[in-house]
Amino acid sequence: MCASVKYGSRGPALIPRMKTKHRIYYITLFSVVLLGLIATGMFQFWPHSIESSAEWSLDRRSVHDAPLVRIPMSSPIPERGDLSCRMHTCFDVYRCGYNPKNKIKVYIYPLQRFVDEVGVPISSTGLSREYNDLLSAISDSDFYTDDVTRACLFIPSTDVLNQNSLRIRETAQALAMLPRWDKGMNHLLFNMLPGGPPDYNTALDVPRDRALLAGGGFSTWTYRQGYDVSIPVYSPLSAEVDLPERQPGPRRYFILSSQTAIHREYRVELERLKEENGEALLLLDKCSNLSQGLASVRKRCYKGQVYDYPQILQESSFCVVLRGARLGQATLSDVLQAGCVPVIMADSYILPFSEVLDWKRASVVIPEEKLPEMYTILKSIPHRQVEEMQRQARWFWEAYFSSMKAIGMTTLQIINDRIYPYAARTYEEWNNPSVVKWSSVNSPLFLPLIPPRSPGFTAVVLTYDRIESLFRVITEISKVSSLAKLLVVWNNQNKSPPEESLWPKVTVPLKVVRTKENKLSNRFFPFDEIETEAVLAIDDDIIMLTSDELQFGYEVWREFPDRLVGYPGRLHLWDHEMGKWKYESEWTNEVSMVLTGAAFYHKYFNYLYTYKMPGDIKNWVDAHMNCEDIAMNFLVANITGKAPIKVTPRKKFKCPECTAIDGLSLDQTHMVERSECINKFASVFGTMPLKVVEHRADPVLYKDDFPEKLKSFPNIGSL
Amino acid sequence: MQAKKRYLISLLTGAFLVLLFYFGGVVPGPAATGSRSRHGYNRPEQPWPHFSDPLQHLSPWDHSDTEDYNVHISPRQKRDVNSSVYKGKRCRMQSCFDFSLCQRNGFKVYVYPQQKGEKISESYQNILSTIEGSRFYTSDPGQACLFVLSLDTLDRDQLSPQYVHNLKTKVQSLPLWNNGRNHLIFNLYSGTWPDYTEDLGFDIGQAMLAKASISTENFRPNFDVSIPLFSKDHPRTGGDRGYLKYNTIPPFRKYMLVFKGKRYLTGIGSDTRNALYHVHNAEDVVLLTTCKHGKDWQKHKDARCDKDNAEYEKYDYREMLHNSTFCLVPRGRRLGSFRFLEALQAACVPVMLSNGWELPFSEVIDWNTAAVIGDERLLLQIPSTVRSIHQDKILALRQQTQFLWEAYFSSVEKIVLTTLEIIQDRVLQQTSRSNLMWNSHPGGLFTLPHYSSYLGDFPFFYAELGIKPNPKFTAVIHAVTPLVSQSQPILKLLVSVARSQYCAQIIVLWNCDKPLPAKHRWPATSVPIIVIEGENKVMSSRFQPYDSIISDAVLSLDEDTVLSTTEVDFAFTVWQSFPERIVGYPARSHFWDNNKERWGYTSKWTNDYSMVLTGAAIYHRYYHFLYSHFLPSSLKSMVDQLANCEDILMNFLVSAVTKLPPIKVTQKKQYKETMMGQSSRASRWADPDHFAQRQTCMNKFASWFGGMPLVHSQMRLDPVLFKDQVSILRKKYREIERL
Repeated sequence: MCASVKYGSRGPALIPRMKTKHRIYYITLFSVVLLGLIATGMFQFWPHSIESSAEWSLDRRSVHDAPLVRIPMSSPIPERGDLSCRMHTCFDVYRCGYNPKNKIKVYIYPLQRFVDEVGVPISSTGLSREYNDLLSAISDSDFYTDDVTRACLFIPSTDVLNQNSLRIRETAQALAMLPRWDKGMNHLLFNMLPGGPPDYNTALDVPRDRALLAGGGFSTWTYRQGYDVSIPVYSPLSAEVDLPERQPGPRRYFILSSQTAIHREYRVELERLKEENGEALLLLDKCSNLSQGLASVRKRCYKGQVYDYPQILQESSFCVVLRGARLGQATLSDVLQAGCVPVIMADSYILPFSEVLDWKRASVVIPEEKLPEMYTILKSIPHRQVEEMQRQARWFWEAYFSSMKAIGMTTLQIINDRIYPYAARTYEEWNNPSVVKWSSVNSPLFLPLIPPRSPGFTAVVLTYDRIESLFRVITEISKVSSLAKLLVVWNNQNKSPPEESLWPKVTVPLKVVRTKENKLSNRFFPFDEIETEAVLAIDDDIIMLTSDELQFGYEVWREFPDRLVGYPGRLHLWDHEMGKWKYESEWTNEVSMVLTGAAFYHKYFNYLYTYKMPGDIKNWVDAHMNCEDIAMNFLVANITGKAPIKVTPRKKFKCPECTAIDGLSLDQTHMVERSECINKFASVFGTMPLKVVEHRADPVLYKDDFPEKLKSFPNIGSL
Repeated sequence: MQAKKRYLISLLTGAFLVLLFYFGGVVPGPAATGSRSRHGYNRPEQPWPHFSDPLQHLSPWDHSDTEDYNVHISPRQKRDVNSSVYKGKRCRMQSCFDFSLCQRNGFKVYVYPQQKGEKISESYQNILSTIEGSRFYTSDPGQACLFVLSLDTLDRDQLSPQYVHNLKTKVQSLPLWNNGRNHLIFNLYSGTWPDYTEDLGFDIGQAMLAKASISTENFRPNFDVSIPLFSKDHPRTGGDRGYLKYNTIPPFRKYMLVFKGKRYLTGIGSDTRNALYHVHNAEDVVLLTTCKHGKDWQKHKDARCDKDNAEYEKYDYREMLHNSTFCLVPRGRRLGSFRFLEALQAACVPVMLSNGWELPFSEVIDWNTAAVIGDERLLLQIPSTVRSIHQDKILALRQQTQFLWEAYFSSVEKIVLTTLEIIQDRVLQQTSRSNLMWNSHPGGLFTLPHYSSYLGDFPFFYAELGIKPNPKFTAVIHAVTPLVSQSQPILKLLVSVARSQYCAQIIVLWNCDKPLPAKHRWPATSVPIIVIEGENKVMSSRFQPYDSIISDAVLSLDEDTVLSTTEVDFAFTVWQSFPERIVGYPARSHFWDNNKERWGYTSKWTNDYSMVLTGAAIYHRYYHFLYSHFLPSSLKSMVDQLANCEDILMNFLVSAVTKLPPIKVTQKKQYKETMMGQSSRASRWADPDHFAQRQTCMNKFASWFGGMPLVHSQMRLDPVLFKDQVSILRKKYREIERL
């Protein structure tokens, strides 16, 4: 009974009260039978079943189950694409509505099999694997909606990727039969192989009213700029062949031509180039003696020698991509994948995704008639540029060419950017590979400005209870002519600030703000009271700074408003023995930080410190009651990529007798903690952003044998 | 056993159930699957069902197609066909532009001589004189790649007093017209009431248009150029700087969004302005219109006019412009309006409401970084849209307006040069600017692509690319006196410079009339010494972009400069932090002389400086290229004739690019061998004329630059421990302590 109670309360209802032995036996049996059944089922129904779990598609899992739709002969045909269509004339933006996420919604029509009146399908191939992949990717993305009434963009399930397999008239009729067609408004068609013999139009020939076309192979005459999207021609080799990324650098060949169907006029010219420049060029053609099939796609030959394609592309710096019957070539994708710089010769071709991609950084475009000059043109490109292009080419492939999903998502993102231009992805986001994104610096204060002197600066004094010292600091600072306001941050919650009458009399406004908690971060809070752009952060015991030094510091800040400009200079060093960073406060020849015990900086950094400090640095600082100044140095250096500026020789701040390391800093554990801070911050930032410099700023006439009264800043202390 | 049977049964039942379920016999109702969610958001009910049939592959190789095609069509024929078919509204560079004209002489622009009796508006006169003063100009039509009419085509509004009649016949009779091939036509206004068409009223043939207010429908991509609408008061050169003096945080201003302008009650382009009142809230969104324009506005006024007019009078346009975060730029009768440039200059982020307007220089400028492109159809959403823009984005947008204004729009000269540079980029495809060069400081006009196509070769993009300049420098010593004694300063200088750990090589530029000294006369150094004979022995040759300069940094030296190795080292380490500036020793200053009403030059010791002379300075080698290729020959030949002022001109140039002062290092003021008595060089400095010439130069340069680009600085950079009372042994740059 005991056992039964136990099992009853715990075991599943299906297997109650059994002996363990029996239970295992039955569970095994059950599993075997079940597995057998599943296996049988899978075997029998394999073509219909679903690769991933069948969870979402229980009703239809084969294209053969799609309903058959007969197109009447008289069914209307859409008009040919209107060349003057633009987003503001042919696209219904109201359907996209106001959207807090700034994301369009995309609807995909359910699959239908269209046939004409006698039952012949409109397409010889039906749904292709690539189009299926594309639609799957879209349906899995954030863009997808199944609610046709909420959709902004509609994608027909009729595959028009390859015009060769289409019956033009019937396909057009099929499109017009779509329930929401409405003159093709907000419909998007994907096509990679447009046109047909004899003259191969550069856009899909299927009449399509106002539908948008994502086409591979547009020419400047068929491409409706800002409306259509130029897409790449997908190469199946992207999925079949895994080409590991190669480090940019010189390759065995300089120029390689791998296309097999090059017009003889061009082949003659290429051969002439080869004669002139020999081994630097490799001209491949198809292999005549190989059997047909897969092998012919993956092999190339030169004078009987067989090369693996696309692997051979990795052996060349530049790879030729010439136009064929069509402007868009799948070779472009292979070339990019190989990290080879494409040399594109296809006059009037609109490069894939050229609306957002800066192809100048990844390719060379040469007019067809300049083919004979190709070698000279390419030779004139600097090596470092070639390396950057190789890297960029590979990045373009990875991000935008590598799969149907990548192509589809990029297309939708481009359309999305047009509809919500104020939330569009930036040039850097589109074009910079992650290596560059990681190392590049785009300072938020990028405009070269020297702010006027007149608004002055706000001094923010952090204090706890050293009233006497505080009053001395206030008195000293108030002598500085550009001081606009004094802000005392009262960090002591147990004690009230002295009465107003007791404070030193100063000519500028003096404000005291009381904080809720005794946190070091309070000194960097962007108080509304700070009305100037320049902030002087100063400790309540910095009494040695002269007004000339302070005024000069402010003048230097005006010349470098995006930097920390301060007096106490410090350095970080790499400790080889310990294998970590070390904090250095000795007087050294180098500076990588200026402490905010006395430093000017832009108010913007208050915002950054308070709201954008990465990781848990702010909490760490408040918990340790230390290193807020180091954190500020990290933050500014990281976002601007620039070193701070130490002004004047001043090294003693608290009293004439003091050494450089005084007050708080005397404590040895304090020093250890500051080294720890540097290591902690470096790991949070994932890099060491601090920059080391060997200079400091002095007034132009400092130490000059010149009448002191004629100097702007005569009173610069020597230490 | 009983139990066992029971299990068997239940097991089988279960199995059958699973089977049924599996083969679709029992399908759970839509309700069961409908509300399922994954990843936290509701999955749509019927997404694309991931068909896994053995679907056919798309075969993207068109080899066989191409082979067939190649049999029939020769590529050359195909090109010829294209260029004969695509004319008029379908013109492109490939079909309507003759590249061969540009091949021999590069990108040269010819301006037709002005005919007597033809009146030309001031604006068009400014355009023409800008071209004539630019480095693209040629007076020989045989050399020209591009032709510009001297007939005023700016205002093609028939009702305008500026309208030029009979343009059609006048143009056709031009001997070089050639149906407009390789011609560029500037236009600000076209069409007139009521429909304001974009037709110019004469057949432009195959000419390119540089036109304001051009619509995307009429705009021929990569053929036409969209230019901004500018007023007749727009300055010819220089131009005012942007109004942004500093970045304010938070970036919000008194108003969020403002507009003040005319309202057209009916007709083309009136809808948007008529609807503005819906969005106006008289607080932070202030959109004001007036009906008071034209002679008989009273007759046409509608119910709202009086109310609108009263509200309109309450606000001052200037005050609003300077105190608003965003400025609405709705279309008027035409697509473009003056509001656009006004907002740009005022650092008021333009909010475009002008559907179908091809924005100015859209071919190269990424307007999403400086403006909000709205849709007239979504006017009512505009306030919520601009409110949703993040502060950081506003900060960036605002700074970008200033950059673009100063780089491309602040003067007629900039607008015209930008137009020409865009066309040049198309003509010389291989050497054209990338998007980054156009859209980041200092902009396309100062970033010459013939120098290099690699961004890292310029001093401006190190941070963006995440790289550092090359850690070596090339010294260029300007030699003008013959080598006679072994104690000559140049030899000492050579030795001390060569000893620098950062020195890659030394170039001696032999600008002396005497022949080159024998090789063995030069001291033996660890770095190579390259001696180059100056071209024509003129002053400007010291700033030639010699191929032998392989490092990013150039240390420019006079032959009698006295500089120690330590000083060289220190200056170079400082330069590495400021690669876009001139970093060096001899500082000078400029000032405005109120009495003489002109710029003055001083070498006196002052509290500030604005120039660092190139007798001892480090700067990026790109500035050699810029000096040689950007500056007009008029200034360079002035320098050569005077054999003076080259250093001032270099400072003007670099400050015009950076908008920042140079950097003086250390206390050192005497940098010349003062003992030198007789040499020609020394006499040059002693010459009183020399100083007067420099004053003249300053003013000449300032007038070409359209303003004074030099900026003062009050600080110099010293080694960190300079003159500190610590042991000399602790100091890295000990030599600098001694004077």
